[in-house]
Amino acid sequence: MTLIGWAQIALVLALVFLCAVPLGAYIARVVQGERTVLSPVLGPVERGFYGMAGVDASRGMGWLTYATALIVLQAVHFLILFLMLRFQDRLPFNPQDQSALSTQLAFNTAISFVTNTNWQAYVGETTMSYGSQMWGLTVHNFLSAATGIAAAVAITRAFVAGGVKELGNFWVDLTRITLYLLLPIVLVYTLFLIASGVPQTMAGYVDATTLEGAKQTIALGPVAFQEAIKMLGTNGGGFFNANSAHPFENPTALTNAVEIWSELVIPFALAVAFGHIVRDRRQGFALMWVMATLMICAIVACYAAEGAGNPLLTAAGIDPSMGNMEGKEVRFGTAMSSMFATTTTATSTGAVNAMHDSFTPLGGLIPLFLIQLGEVVPGGVGSGLYAILVFALLAVFVAGLMVGRTPEYLGKKVQAREIKLAMLAVLILPLCILSGTALCLVLPNGVSSLANAGPHGLSEMLYAFSSATGNNGSAFAGLTADTPLLDYGLGVCMLLGRFAFLVPVLAIAGSLAAKPKLLPSAGTFPTHGPLFIGLLIGVILILGGLQFLPALSLGPLAEHFSMLAGKTF
Amino acid sequence: MAQAETIRLFDGAILARAAGDAFVKLNPARLIRNPVIFVTEIVSILVTVLAVRNLATGQPAGFALAIALWLWLTVLFATFAEAVAEGRGRARAESLRRARSDTMAKRLVGANRGQTTNVPAPDLRSGDLVLVETGDLIPSDGEIVEGVASVNESAITGESAPVIREAGGDRSAVTGGTQVVSDWLVVRITADPGNTFIDRMIALVEGAQRRKTPNEIALDILLAGLTIIFLIAVVTLVGLAKYSGTDLAVPVLVALFVTLIPTTIGGLLSAIGIAGMDRLIRFNVVATSGRAVEAAGDVDTLLLDKTGTITFGNRAAAGFSPVPGVEERGFADAVVLASLGDDTPEGRSILSFARDRFGVTHEAPEGATVVPFTANTRVSGLDAGGRSWRKGAVESVLALTGGPAPQAFTQAVDRIARSGGTPLAVAVDGRLQGVIELKDIVKPGIRERFAALRQMGIKTVMITGDNKVTAAAIATEAGVDDFLAQATPQDKLDYIRKVQAEGRLVAMCGDGTNDAPALAQADVGVAMQTGTQAAREAGNMVDLDSDPTKLIEIVEIGKQLLITRGSLTTFSIANDVSKYFAILPAIFVATYPELGTLNVMQLHSPQSAILSAVIFNALIIVALVPLALRGVKFRPIGAAALLRRNLLVYGLGGLVAPFIGIKLIDVILTLLGFA
Repeated sequence: MTLIGWAQIALVLALVFLCAVPLGAYIARVVQGERTVLSPVLGPVERGFYGMAGVDASRGMGWLTYATALIVLQAVHFLILFLMLRFQDRLPFNPQDQSALSTQLAFNTAISFVTNTNWQAYVGETTMSYGSQMWGLTVHNFLSAATGIAAAVAITRAFVAGGVKELGNFWVDLTRITLYLLLPIVLVYTLFLIASGVPQTMAGYVDATTLEGAKQTIALGPVAFQEAIKMLGTNGGGFFNANSAHPFENPTALTNAVEIWSELVIPFALAVAFGHIVRDRRQGFALMWVMATLMICAIVACYAAEGAGNPLLTAAGIDPSMGNMEGKEVRFGTAMSSMFATTTTATSTGAVNAMHDSFTPLGGLIPLFLIQLGEVVPGGVGSGLYAILVFALLAVFVAGLMVGRTPEYLGKKVQAREIKLAMLAVLILPLCILSGTALCLVLPNGVSSLANAGPHGLSEMLYAFSSATGNNGSAFAGLTADTPLLDYGLGVCMLLGRFAFLVPVLAIAGSLAAKPKLLPSAGTFPTHGPLFIGLLIGVILILGGLQFLPALSLGPLAEHFSMLAGKTF
Repeated sequence: MAQAETIRLFDGAILARAAGDAFVKLNPARLIRNPVIFVTEIVSILVTVLAVRNLATGQPAGFALAIALWLWLTVLFATFAEAVAEGRGRARAESLRRARSDTMAKRLVGANRGQTTNVPAPDLRSGDLVLVETGDLIPSDGEIVEGVASVNESAITGESAPVIREAGGDRSAVTGGTQVVSDWLVVRITADPGNTFIDRMIALVEGAQRRKTPNEIALDILLAGLTIIFLIAVVTLVGLAKYSGTDLAVPVLVALFVTLIPTTIGGLLSAIGIAGMDRLIRFNVVATSGRAVEAAGDVDTLLLDKTGTITFGNRAAAGFSPVPGVEERGFADAVVLASLGDDTPEGRSILSFARDRFGVTHEAPEGATVVPFTANTRVSGLDAGGRSWRKGAVESVLALTGGPAPQAFTQAVDRIARSGGTPLAVAVDGRLQGVIELKDIVKPGIRERFAALRQMGIKTVMITGDNKVTAAAIATEAGVDDFLAQATPQDKLDYIRKVQAEGRLVAMCGDGTNDAPALAQADVGVAMQTGTQAAREAGNMVDLDSDPTKLIEIVEIGKQLLITRGSLTTFSIANDVSKYFAILPAIFVATYPELGTLNVMQLHSPQSAILSAVIFNALIIVALVPLALRGVKFRPIGAAALLRRNLLVYGLGGLVAPFIGIKLIDVILTLLGFA
């Protein structure tokens, strides 16, 4: 740990929060259909799209219609992407003649990108054609991000007024979010990346001769544009296998800082936007502080663990001053690698600039635990906000009883129906993560995918299922993921982790929207301020985290204490 | 207020009976209503079977038996808690039953309903007419059609002084099981058998057919959800442990599972609900449903009738203002003499005011004649020895004295009228002496109660038939937040609708038939036992003491019910952290001895650690039974402060307490040589 390391972390965080506040106000204007600076340019385009699609922008949708529109669109897109990958060899823009993906891999990858997970059981530069990367993966990076934000906006609207039946129009939300929010930032971001040395070309791979005279193929492609939305939309699927550790995806310390900033800024801004839309900005900031507090603690813990290095190596005479540098890029160092690992899992991005598998046990525990918390600190774009709202409802319910009233959040009573749906959503996490891990660790087909024995092997499998269910997509690595068991198993987890969570959330939104909005009084328990922030943190840790403690104690914790005792596996 | 007999929190007889009932309640068909405890029972059976199998096959079974024993105790403690809560209401239910049974009724039959036939009370139907005479028990609930009688309602209210019941007006309802002590009544029966007020009370106090309240259902879902989550966590642990090289024994897994699921709140939830109803009944309020009690906790607007609730209802003297030239003391003498013959509450209040303030008392002079008040003269007074003292409405007294009133007098009269009081002028021998101020006297302490309500976030609204000026003056004095002057029943209804549309929940109390629509519209309507049958049916609570100020306590009882549930849930969930630290190192220490570091409590051995956690988990239920029955105290300190306090006590307390408890049990087990 160094002062410069802490300073870098602090600087990036400061920039995130400085930008999230105005961006949140902007997002609120966009999703409420108000005029923005971009309206003169984009307004006609937007209306053009509605005209072409025959969408009546003024018509609202009930929660069921909203959810149906969302699911049907995703289903159609899953099919398109699946076919595109399955028949990639017959489609254009394939200068390297990449062959078609197997059914299992196409299934896994299509689900992965539709659900904003971007779990990659393939190696980008040897599997995907330029066409698949551009029309397939990049398009879905936009679509899945906008879908998540739309769902978050829909549940936000449930708190605005009483007795409302409609949550907005899904098509309008999707269009406005893509046009006014994602595209403009991505365009500027792409230019910055190109200027920093990230390629954006349709030309094929280049052969180079190294100093030793060996021949090396250097993979290229339309990287910059995909890289921008990969980070901004908390997608995380890299153009190359090495993801953001690759110099063509993340060439400099500056691009690294910007990539971290770009994955954090929208999730935090959405919390701010929440406050704007419900007409009580303090509520949004309270959620933001919950997210920020937990994330900052995680960054500090991860950097502390990585900065301290591996005591076994120190004992073997290796200089610990740079911390644990195994699996990390020298141009980023321990601090910015730890921060990247923490933020990529605190959001549901899943991009990596270092190998999490090589982290110290506690350093690797942090990303794993952040995913298991339910991707809420701050979580993915949109999904982070709607998931933390589920936890907020549970927190308000338990604690709200303690002030002697039927619990209410923002004037909406939290009753049996909401609790039922919230528990249904929350159940998905242990169901997929723990059952999947346990099953694959007892099946010979599963165990054979592991690269390591002992607790580290357990962590690899646990990480894979956490990552898939939490729609994160990062890998602990050390796991051979392209097997039928894992392709299909993780695919199902991604699907459930996304939609079996999202549909109950929209149902909650529908139920809350229809309720009368009660006025706050001195008897209402305030959901802003430090008390609520502390309470929500406690609920997220206890309800979200406690269930994974047994599994974690057999994985990273066992490995950590064994390491301290000088034992390796 | 007649308080029902107080039952000690733990009465020997109740406890003994509850201990027996606790076993009856083990019947899984009954226990399934309580998912957490039902699941605990299922796994208890599982562990018992395994322990017995081990015994039979000669394998070591001591540990499994110990776990099984404590799991059964966990279930029993939960059923015991419910049985104790029910037991406390049962004594009351039995005395009510006695009042109900074997009454014979005199049903009026024949062309002009001239004859009576004796029929058993349970055969009466709604609409029947019955005659009830001195000494008879009223056979069922009804409305008086004819007659006036004094009725002893102590069977229901616990208050032994008889009350007057009469046809027409606001005191026409009678309750089955009460007794006519003088005169007779003709009553039209309004309730079918099994549906009477007493039947409802019995069902309530017994808690047997208790329906779960909305918040209870929501909480049950949360607890069931948590149970499923921990079921997944524990079952999948088998696979994870197998991979890690440990085969976990079933009793150990069950121990982990039972200590993690929220057995504490699961075991006490139904006791809390029954105790809440019981508190209300002990308070002489009968709610038609638990839902109404919960709604009372949510109320944020209270509609209170001015008369009888906020003020005493009778105007009383509050000040004397003599005209210039008359001494205060001399004026007091004049006032007292003018009022000696006035036997109204107002007149008496004037005499006591003069006595308390000026020490003036007078006997009537020899040969004095009282001049009574008439609607014509609108004055009253005394004549003695050729002198006359008169008191009355200002205009009437001025008419007696003739001549213009001094300016000071007119000003005083204006001031009194403006402040909502009533001025009475006094004249001696035809000369104006001054003015008495009569005021509606606000009950002492009511202002403080309203302030406390405001702290709770509850707005108080005063309803009165007075004009705006009077209403405003009293509203200010009593410290209510709002008032509704010259209120008609329709105004009340409209006001409630308006406030509800703003997103508020309203409670009100009322007694008259014209209150019925408003009582029905309000979220919580408390009807007075003295009121009409229509009012009693429209409301969702009946106050047996007919004391409108009780609305405030009803709200507190509702809140207390929710607070107790929330606090114990928080406590229960917070307990889980310590159980992980007790059990996880214990079950994995064979595979990864290094995980022993997590044994922060330094528990003696893996077996003692697991057993201690299970024992703590069972004992904490018993330890919290008194709290569940008594309820967590409600403090009117505002929601934020209340939450902070309860989070500290039950959240942080729940986190820390089991660490100490489990360690203590472990030490005891070790000392006793069990581990």
